[in-house]
Amino acid sequence: MKKFAIIVAAAMLVSGAAVAGDKVRMGTEGAYPPFNQIDPSGKLTGFDVDIGNALCEQMKADCTWVTQDWDGIIPGLLAKKYDTIIASMSITDERKQAVDFTERYYSNSLRYVAKKGSNLDISKLDGKAVGAQRATIAGQYLEDNLAGKVEMKLYDTQENAYIDLAAGRTDAILADMLVNYEWLQSDAGKGFEFVGESFNRSDVIGIAIRKGEDDLRKKLNSALKAIIANGTYAKINAKYFPFSIY
Amino acid sequence: METVLPYANLFLTGTAITLLVTLAVLPIGICLGLIGAAAKLSGDPVAMAYANVYTSVVRGLPELLVILVIFMGGQQAVNAVADLVGYEDHIDFDAFTAGVIALAFMFGAYATEIFRGAILAIPKGQTEAAHAFGMGGWLTFRRITLPQVWRLALPGLGNLTLVLMKDSALLSLIGLNEIIRVVGIAAQATKNATLFYFVGALMFLFLTFITMTIQKRLEIRANRGVARARG
Amino acid sequence: MQATTKDLLIRIVRLSFYALTALVVVALAWGLSSLNYGTIARHIGKVPGGALLTLELVTLSVILGFFVALPTAMMRLSPNPFLRYPAHTFIYFFRGTPLLIQIFFVYYGFAQTDLVRETFLWPVFKQAYWCALFTFVLNTGAYSAEILRGAIQAVPAGEIEAARAFGMSKWTAYRRVILPRAFRIAMPAYGNEIIFMLKGTALASTITLLDLIGVARTVIARTFKPIEFFLTVGIVYVVFTYIFLWGWNRIEKRVNNYLSQQS
Repeated sequence: MKKFAIIVAAAMLVSGAAVAGDKVRMGTEGAYPPFNQIDPSGKLTGFDVDIGNALCEQMKADCTWVTQDWDGIIPGLLAKKYDTIIASMSITDERKQAVDFTERYYSNSLRYVAKKGSNLDISKLDGKAVGAQRATIAGQYLEDNLAGKVEMKLYDTQENAYIDLAAGRTDAILADMLVNYEWLQSDAGKGFEFVGESFNRSDVIGIAIRKGEDDLRKKLNSALKAIIANGTYAKINAKYFPFSIY
Repeated sequence: METVLPYANLFLTGTAITLLVTLAVLPIGICLGLIGAAAKLSGDPVAMAYANVYTSVVRGLPELLVILVIFMGGQQAVNAVADLVGYEDHIDFDAFTAGVIALAFMFGAYATEIFRGAILAIPKGQTEAAHAFGMGGWLTFRRITLPQVWRLALPGLGNLTLVLMKDSALLSLIGLNEIIRVVGIAAQATKNATLFYFVGALMFLFLTFITMTIQKRLEIRANRGVARARG
Repeated sequence: MQATTKDLLIRIVRLSFYALTALVVVALAWGLSSLNYGTIARHIGKVPGGALLTLELVTLSVILGFFVALPTAMMRLSPNPFLRYPAHTFIYFFRGTPLLIQIFFVYYGFAQTDLVRETFLWPVFKQAYWCALFTFVLNTGAYSAEILRGAIQAVPAGEIEAARAFGMSKWTAYRRVILPRAFRIAMPAYGNEIIFMLKGTALASTITLLDLIGVARTVIARTFKPIEFFLTVGIVYVVFTYIFLWGWNRIEKRVNNYLSQQS
């Protein structure tokens, strides 16, 4: 009788542990509307946050959110301040050297934004002041391709890049097309427009995790597939954009 | 005025955090300063070498650099130690902790020089008299030197505290919600940078004014009974 | 009996100091060996550019700042309240607020003030470089004004009296006796201020300028190796500080040489 009780208790403990769920800490920037931002009441909102919460629900995991300035977001992941980065981070080979990524959760491209009527020719930006957020693929594109030709300005947040564009300190900004799209809809973006076509269309956004965390990666990938299949993804997408961004 | 009022709450918390940082750094920094001064005056080559390297390094490095290094490297260091000891859970090394450690580290180096100068400024005759009375080293230090060190170090420490308050502004760059950061948030939200950065400056002036007043009061009290040269 | 316990205590402290040193050396050696020198070598080409900008900013700030400091100091000492109060307010404002907020006020604030935007001033303040330089000059001007003021007041009364006895006018006395002496007195404090300014230039990186720290942060953003690059840049700052101090001390010795000769 005693043995039976012990076995039952052990079985309950094990199944209980499985049901309780893992704790996963999600890291994000909080300064990248509409993907991740802090609203006036101090709450984290945005596409990335909604996707992250949906994934957690799907994985039945206990999630908490941690914000980190963009410059230190990968070092923070490596230092175990959080377990994932869901902050509109593009999957690049350079970043793959430091972290692993899940499958994509949306697609992106780069596009320039400038004052309405400026008629900038993006193939001839020589001598102009062009800004981008530091440590993004837009910033890296500027560094790698235009560093000598344009007056390159790198900012610690996307918002500061927009402030300088609005102030006329830069002639154009290079950033993710979707973020620019959102900004152009806002009051601050009135009077500005896209210039040139979007490029770097193969850019995909994924969730970053520490190298070797294959278990977590599998869980995130299957959760992602599930929310795409059951329509949750489409609902979240529609909340922010009238077109699909997958 | 109306633009500022809705943010009053935010500004209050920002000011509180600035004050908290200053109050957290002072005791640690003063301790480090006393230890450093003792080391420099001890005559022991190893101790003096430590203290000299400490003050030289801090003197030559920008405050921003020290803060960034301790913030970025500190988490790694904490993790490494935790791994070594076998501690499973994550110990968070947040901006406040990193900031206080960085500022205290720098405060201590300058405080070392201030305390060293203060100890050396005590007339030698007093320590000689104490020895003549048979007072041992520690007793002399405790009853003759230390009470006067406070009085002599006060101006320097007061200045250093003002510098500390201003350097705490740099912690906004590692994400701490102190005055400059909250003021910046308001500035970005309302697109009125001129007004809000000016308000931020006024808040600092207020804090520095209070600190200077406290310093004056303390100096008057510490100097009571001390004959001052006239004319 | 008491002496022996004290000796024992001192010995224990000494031993623990040596043990601590050994630990520190080992930790440093391990740390230094685990650094990624390849990454440093790949990106080190960007450092000289940053160093040049840093030096440029500090040199120009100090020189231009001097021309702000001297008149301000003299205004501060003037018996005329219309000169004294503005000078005092200027000094109080710039010494009482952090350099960071001064920079942000100029960079972000001026961009929104019509007075700047609609005039010839805009092409100047549009650029981060001039915003930074402007702020640095005023900041060091205020601190240096206080240093010069203190030095002028510290000029021995006897020398001033002698100048007056010779029939020198106020301005001549200033030019030939007071100011030269004040500069010599101010040298140690002024040297410190120059070092503080060197460290202050690091804040230029917050408004997109690529000085030493700006370069470091840009490289770290791509390589994720903060320790390696902050160490590199830190070494450059320390080297600059010590070369400067060495030079400054030599100048100070030469200039104050005549003092030690008066025995």
